[in-house]
Amino acid sequence: MTTVDERRQTVEVKSAQAPEHRRKLQRPPWRHRLRQDWPLLLMVAPVIILLGLFHYLPTLGNVIAFQDYSPYAGVRGSEFIGFGNFQRMFGEPAFWKAFNNTLIITAFQLVFYFPVPIMMALLLNSVLSTKVRTMIQGIAYLPHFFSWVLVVSLFQQMIGGAGLLSQALRNNGLEAVDLMTRPDTFIVLVTAESIWKDAGWGMIVFLAALSTINPALYEAAAADGANRWRRLWHITLPGLRPVIVLLLILRLGDALTVGFEQFILQRSAVGGDAAEVLDTYVYFQGLLLGDFGYGAAAGLFKGVVGLVLVLAANKFAHLVGEQGVYSRS
Amino acid sequence: MSTLTVAQEARRRARLDSGRPIWEEEPTLVGRLGKPLVLALIVLLVVFPMYVVVVTSLSSTEAVTRAGGLVVVPRELTIAAYVQLLSGGVVTRALIISTAITAIGTAFSLTITVLAAYGLSRPGSLWHRPLLFVVLLTFLFGPGIIPSYLMVNSLGLIDNYASLILPGAISAFNLIVMRAFFMGIPGELIDSGRIDGASEFGVLTRIVLPLSKAVVAVVGLFYAVGYWNAFFNAMLYLNDNTKWPLQMVLRTYIVQAQVLPSGAGGVTAMPGMDLAPAPSLAIKMAIVVIAIVPVLLVYPFIQRHFTKGVIIGAVKG
Repeated sequence: MTTVDERRQTVEVKSAQAPEHRRKLQRPPWRHRLRQDWPLLLMVAPVIILLGLFHYLPTLGNVIAFQDYSPYAGVRGSEFIGFGNFQRMFGEPAFWKAFNNTLIITAFQLVFYFPVPIMMALLLNSVLSTKVRTMIQGIAYLPHFFSWVLVVSLFQQMIGGAGLLSQALRNNGLEAVDLMTRPDTFIVLVTAESIWKDAGWGMIVFLAALSTINPALYEAAAADGANRWRRLWHITLPGLRPVIVLLLILRLGDALTVGFEQFILQRSAVGGDAAEVLDTYVYFQGLLLGDFGYGAAAGLFKGVVGLVLVLAANKFAHLVGEQGVYSRS
Repeated sequence: MSTLTVAQEARRRARLDSGRPIWEEEPTLVGRLGKPLVLALIVLLVVFPMYVVVVTSLSSTEAVTRAGGLVVVPRELTIAAYVQLLSGGVVTRALIISTAITAIGTAFSLTITVLAAYGLSRPGSLWHRPLLFVVLLTFLFGPGIIPSYLMVNSLGLIDNYASLILPGAISAFNLIVMRAFFMGIPGELIDSGRIDGASEFGVLTRIVLPLSKAVVAVVGLFYAVGYWNAFFNAMLYLNDNTKWPLQMVLRTYIVQAQVLPSGAGGVTAMPGMDLAPAPSLAIKMAIVVIAIVPVLLVYPFIQRHFTKGVIIGAVKG
């Protein structure tokens, strides 16, 4: 994350490698090590079993995307149809609608959500009083710990049809508005909700990065006559760059995941035209309509594209000389 | 971590001593007025909705009617809504279910996370690299909704409370954070424990855990908040609405604005109750408050630690 830590870590890794390599040569055979290490393996076992059961096995279960899956026949009994589900999916306007919505919402959030935590961190970092800063931080993080149901409920009570905003408008003889059910402004609504819930939390990482920038740099720059904007541009932003790139990559990897809970909660109020994203599409087609193979195909498509996006974005980060997510491997 | 905090400390101290560094310009008028304004706005945006909800939930029927909906200025406060909600019915049951799921789930998740984090934290132990890889790989992709559902279904867990705990019992992120913390404990301490004849489990419980209270508390609270807020699993795996946890109740009655069932078994009008009926909006807001309160209660405890925890995870994950 932070450059200092990163560097320290690589040093640790290197110095640890040498003796371990030597140890490897005189390592006892695995049966002896098993006799010594079996309690450790036993401790790891529950987690491995759970991950196997609820992560890896279902991942393999994605084969039903290539099947004409029937719940009665099961995975073994169902007939393989190759890419049939995918062909059907690519010919389906509703799928492309969900796909487009997902991309548009992601792009919108990237532009309007992503800078907010950075700006908040810069602002808060410039507050001189430690007390005020800690207090505001504490309040800003808080909504991150609320559930989506709660966040949507609160928004509904504030700006929904029966909410406080409408109430105030009515009391002043104006027409009430229901901002929770309008398809045309839905994208602004979900972005506002995301900012309200998570921008404060996203700020943490930037604040940490800011605190590692050497204050002497600012002093030296000021002595050289750089004004506050120059210092921001030449010291602060370059200091934040690795973190910004890292988070952008992670965000790109999640480009097709815009938040299942948030959308499923509001889909019925706003309508599928604006609020259908890939995740809700998978849910409705696969689970509610019982078209498991087809739903799994849409889900698999989403997962694979997401994986490719992370790998590509990380590759790109390396090309422009940044660390990226997994530079150490 | 130490460099971080040292640098932070140094900066803070420098600031406290002299306020503003001497080389820095005095703020402009826009900065001087704009900054407090924006900060106040941020605080207000978070606090105000919660304030309104709490005040409304505590208001009497007349106050709610007079306000024409949500109450901003508190008058005639009463706890009738809470008394009604907590004296049996849908919300009481959901509250009990959510509390039980949170308690059991957190204990379970925390136990297996601690065990695995320790098991993977001993350098050079047998197969720890491939096993760690198995954990880390889960970051890269998810199995997808449909296959997960079919898995839970084929295990016979539909409509079983275990479906709210088992599928999401492990957070790889929490595991990595905890492992990073365990690896920071000096190896000499652990070796000395071994020399004294302690088993691995003894080393974990007598040496490692007492040194790791902070991280155990943070991870435990993360799990607890996760279980308390979980709604997705309940929506997927519980068809039987008598088994709903609180978040599902919240969705049904607040977000979807379905009518609260009245009469026996419902939220309102329990037999033998001679309280004035609380207004339905106050009841709704009371449900919202009940969903918030536990988070607010644990929040001060997490807040002290989580910045550190998150950064460890981000650096080493």
